[in-house]
Amino acid sequence: MKRTIEVGVLLVLLFFTGHITLWAGTQPPQENSILPDFQLPIPASTAQQQYLGLQGKGLFRINQIKAKAVIIEIFSMYCPYCQREAPNINKLYQRIEADPELEGKVKIIGVGAGNSPFEVDIFRKKYQVPFPLFSDNNFTIHKCLGETRTPYFFVVATGPGTPPKVIYSKLGGIEDLDAFLKSIRVRAGIK
Amino acid sequence: MKRYLLPAIIGALIFSFSTAAAQTHSFAYKNNIYNPGVLKPVDSKLKVRVGEKAPDFTLPSISGKKVALHQFLGRKNVVLSFVPAAWTPVCSDQWPGYNIVKDVFDQHDSILLGITVDNLPTLFAWTNQMGNLWFPVLSDFWPHGQVCGKYGILRSDGMAERALFLIDKKGIIRYIDVHDINKRPALEVLVRELQELPK
Repeated sequence: MKRTIEVGVLLVLLFFTGHITLWAGTQPPQENSILPDFQLPIPASTAQQQYLGLQGKGLFRINQIKAKAVIIEIFSMYCPYCQREAPNINKLYQRIEADPELEGKVKIIGVGAGNSPFEVDIFRKKYQVPFPLFSDNNFTIHKCLGETRTPYFFVVATGPGTPPKVIYSKLGGIEDLDAFLKSIRVRAGIK
Repeated sequence: MKRYLLPAIIGALIFSFSTAAAQTHSFAYKNNIYNPGVLKPVDSKLKVRVGEKAPDFTLPSISGKKVALHQFLGRKNVVLSFVPAAWTPVCSDQWPGYNIVKDVFDQHDSILLGITVDNLPTLFAWTNQMGNLWFPVLSDFWPHGQVCGKYGILRSDGMAERALFLIDKKGIIRYIDVHDINKRPALEVLVRELQELPK
């Protein structure tokens, strides 16, 4: 009996220490899979709330964002590649906002893996990032999304009542913005 | 003996969880990052204290010039950022963060000196991946880890600790953080210490 309890304790510990993992894979979710469930805090800024179609306080899930597709950048303020890529992603944002067929339908957010709110804010100000950035100080979301290197881009097709489906999953920057947007448009079924 | 085995395994697992360090590393380094795994958080004994005069040193830098601590006396506050090794995960994603906050250092009349025990060619190749660094990068390679030894942050395997020292314009140590080697120190803590320096 005592032995059974000890083995039970051991299994529980293995699970909670991450040596056994049931649902979070070590690989980033790939195309056509469902994005693992995680929550982010609703931004305090009214402009960002409007951009995401959210209001109030508390947490939200990706499929609550008012969009047909959400681009999620996993970045770090400390990552030189992310720093170099920042102006290009700002350009991607501007291009979406200037395109009447994409504006309001494709949204971008960034998640700062292992970055405190202070560090995320440094990145936001340094590169004048116009889209919402979130702190993932304890690597919670980073772990949930397969502990990617940075920058990593996911795009999920989303909508109310439907689980967010990954339609793009790739390490490294986005070289050809036009080709990227064209492919997202097709994959998310945006007319 | 056998009855101690399971509690020992359980203890080891709890320890591994408490020390397991999550980290990211930039794709800027492609597949050239060596992962040393989880290391003993601190493996040396400090030889200096806050309030004491910082031991002086002169070290070669990747620019080809030698840099001495005393050259900043009366001119600049100095932040020494020792990191354990080039081409490792946490170190590779530490100095690039400092590289985008030069204005914060300027605002507090401070200079940053980045130091490792790697040799100059390795430091040159590694820091080239970070973009153009605004601060000097110094090599404490030979005599191996001599400066780290003076400060008491040379680990038993010959690497430096992940340590920050803040030295004021009079050469007095104002802040020391010998950090868990597996984790990156939060930037806001260093910024707060810079803000608290005497004007």
